[in-house]
Parts: sequence; structure tokens; C-alpha cells
Amino acid sequence: MPTYYESNDLARFADVGTHQRPLMDKFFEYYAMATGTDGALTKREKQLIGLAVAHTIQCPYCIDAYTTGCLESGADPEQMTEALHVVAAVRGGASLVHGVQMLNGLEKVGA
Amino acid sequence: MIDFHDKLSQHSLELSPTGLATLQVNVGKLCNQACLHCHVDASPKRTEAMDMPTAQRVMEVLAAHPQITTLDITGGAPELNPHFDWMVVEAKKLGKHVMVRHNLTVQFDGNPVTGESKEYLPDFFAEHRCEVVSSLPYYSQYFTDKQRGRGVFNKSMEAMKRLNDVGYGKEGTSLMLNLVYNPVGAFLPASQASLEADYKRELAAKFGLHFNSLFTITNMPIHRFKSDLVRHGGYEAYMEKLLNAFNPAAAEGVMCRSQINVNYDGRLSDCDFNQMLELPVGSTAPQTIFDWDFDALLRRRIIFADHCFGCTAGAGSSCGGATA
Repeated sequence: MPTYYESNDLARFADVGTHQRPLMDKFFEYYAMATGTDGALTKREKQLIGLAVAHTIQCPYCIDAYTTGCLESGADPEQMTEALHVVAAVRGGASLVHGVQMLNGLEKVGA
Repeated sequence: MIDFHDKLSQHSLELSPTGLATLQVNVGKLCNQACLHCHVDASPKRTEAMDMPTAQRVMEVLAAHPQITTLDITGGAPELNPHFDWMVVEAKKLGKHVMVRHNLTVQFDGNPVTGESKEYLPDFFAEHRCEVVSSLPYYSQYFTDKQRGRGVFNKSMEAMKRLNDVGYGKEGTSLMLNLVYNPVGAFLPASQASLEADYKRELAAKFGLHFNSLFTITNMPIHRFKSDLVRHGGYEAYMEKLLNAFNPAAAEGVMCRSQINVNYDGRLSDCDFNQMLELPVGSTAPQTIFDWDFDALLRRRIIFADHCFGCTAGAGSSCGGATA
């Protein structure tokens, strides 16, 4: 049964530039600089951030790409798993911190 | 998929021999380990081993050619060959630089067939000033044991300590201990410089261990690793990855241009991978060390096949690490 996500489609990313090549070329140039080079952050740190973001936005293409990217920049499964726990903590924290709004609401009604 | 020769042509590359500074000798397939990615398919069950007449012929060739400055001894675990110690001593008498591909754990495991202890190796290496080159797939246990077997990481740390204790890997001793990284799976190595810095920092901080350089090596799509890729349906994707990462600069530096590889029975190949694939040196060159002809070997046509994409991907790969 056809699905919206096919793993082979990841290799066709560049095809998205078919009808507007200059914009896609600029995007890829920027993308490579932002994620694939050592700068103030190492390439490995950037790949781990990418892995974390990939899980936050739950993009299967990105999870595939950044899993390989992390390994090819020298990370190991322990480091990659810690990055996921940062995601889980921030996402969980984001839910919990809104509990303050709940507390405000409770106060407002005298509960 | 495009073949290796076509890829070289696309880049106008003609990779001919540049010299013959290294004689790499594979003295046998017996090993105390049976690692997941071993291109030799070495294990405690293998019996192939270089005999004394062949080892003597290796020494004759080394003696006759001052241009060959390095003897690179590999296996299997080369120390398990009964003539290994003799070869090291004789090569050093000839003034050669001797590199030993030492898997660390053999110090403790010893010979799996005879039970002979190999605990003397650090002292032996130091006495004869061998360069020791040892595989360590990562600076932590998970990746190392996954690739090389349960318990290998902890044993490797103990073995490195024994090498450090006799002066290996320490500044001022000139006793070289180099480590080898290869990926634990179907991916390319990270930058050699970056991984070396990580290994040095982590091994020093967590274990108080030291080494000189890290060599990054790409997994060759042959033998055990290829079988594993095929079994998991990843062979085509891995070959595609190697092809897409083809780097002309890495190709220029491939090791087969400056070495000859000798099989345990004396047959000659361009590299250890070709040897394992039963690819001999080109037919215009002598086929064994017994009919050695230095000039004919320098004029030979190097034999390439699709596994060679493993040596030309990314920053390149060789027994001495990245090539670009």
C-alpha cells in the first residue's frame, strides 16, 4: 500500500528544486554551512542538535539523515540517546511549566 | 552502478605505482578474535600460516632492497605465527621499520590453539622498537564490544596500559602506538583529526591511557562485512554511499601505489583486500615472492575492482588512515 513516507525519497530531496533551482541551491548551500561544518560549534554538536530537532518535529527523513550524520561525525549511541532525553525533558518541561497557568486559573476561581 | 575504472576515467586519474616503500606481509589467518567486520575472516579456527621458507624469502627481499624501508606485519593476529618473533628480529637487523598490526587482546588470550602465552609482547615490541598499530573501534565499550566481541574493550584498555607502561604512546620515547578506528556499521568515518582528539581526551581522562595517532579506516564491502550488509539488505545502499563520496584527492593517495602485499604462501597482491579477494598483482608482474622482480613490480598495472571505492570515499582510507 502506498504511503506518504518512502525512505528512498530522502535521496530525492534535491528534486524539490526542479521548478525553482536557484532557491534550492541557496538553501542547500546554507544547509551545508549550518549543519555540516565545524564552527563555534563542532560538526558533531550540530548533528546532535539536528537529531534532537528531527525527533522534536518527528520528521522520518530527518531522523534517518541525522542518525547517520551523528555516526559519521563521531557520535555514539550513548550521546545520541542523551540528545533525545534533552528533547524529552524540554518537551515534558514545556507541558509542565504551563501548569503555572493552571495554578493561576485555580487561584482565579478560589480553588 | 558505475565501475571503479570508469570513475577513475571520469576524473582523468591514472593510478600507477609511485614506489615500493612498504612490504606488507600477511603471515596468517589465525586470530584469537573473530571480529564482525574482519576482511580476512580471521578466527581461532583458521589454520593458514606463513612457513619458514617463505618468511626467509621475505627477509631476502628486504635485504636486497634498501628502497623498501618498512615491513608491515599483519594477519590474523600476526603474533600467533610461530615465525613472527624471528621475522621482527631479522627485519630490525636489516634496519627496517617494523609495523605490527597488534589486536591488543592477544596479550591476554594467547594462542587459541597451543595455549602459548603472549604476555611478553609489550616488552618484545619495545626491545625491537616496533611500531604498534591496534584496532579500537571507539573509546567506549559499546561500539568496541559490538564489533570485536564481548569483553574486548576492557581487555584492550588493560593491554594499552601494559604498552604505556613500557613507554609506548608516551612523548619522548619514540615508541609509537597508533590506534585504528573503523565504523561499527554501514557509515563513513568521522574526520580523523576530530576523532583523534576525542580518543586522546577520553582515554586519558577515563583510563589514564595514551597513544600517538589515530588512523580512520572505512569498512571494505568484502567478506564478513559484505555478508552482513547483504543479510540486512544494505549492500547496494552502502556501495552507493561509497560511490557518492568518491574523492579524487583520496584516490591519488591510495596505499596500493606504494606497497606490495604478500600472502602467507608467498603470493603477491596490491593490497590486503585484493589478497583476500584472490586478486593477484597484474600478470606482467611476478606472482610470488619467490620470483620477485622489483622493477617489474614498479611497472605493474594495479588491479582495481569495486571494493576500491572503500579507499577513495570521503577523506580516503588506507592501512595508515585517511589519505586526503
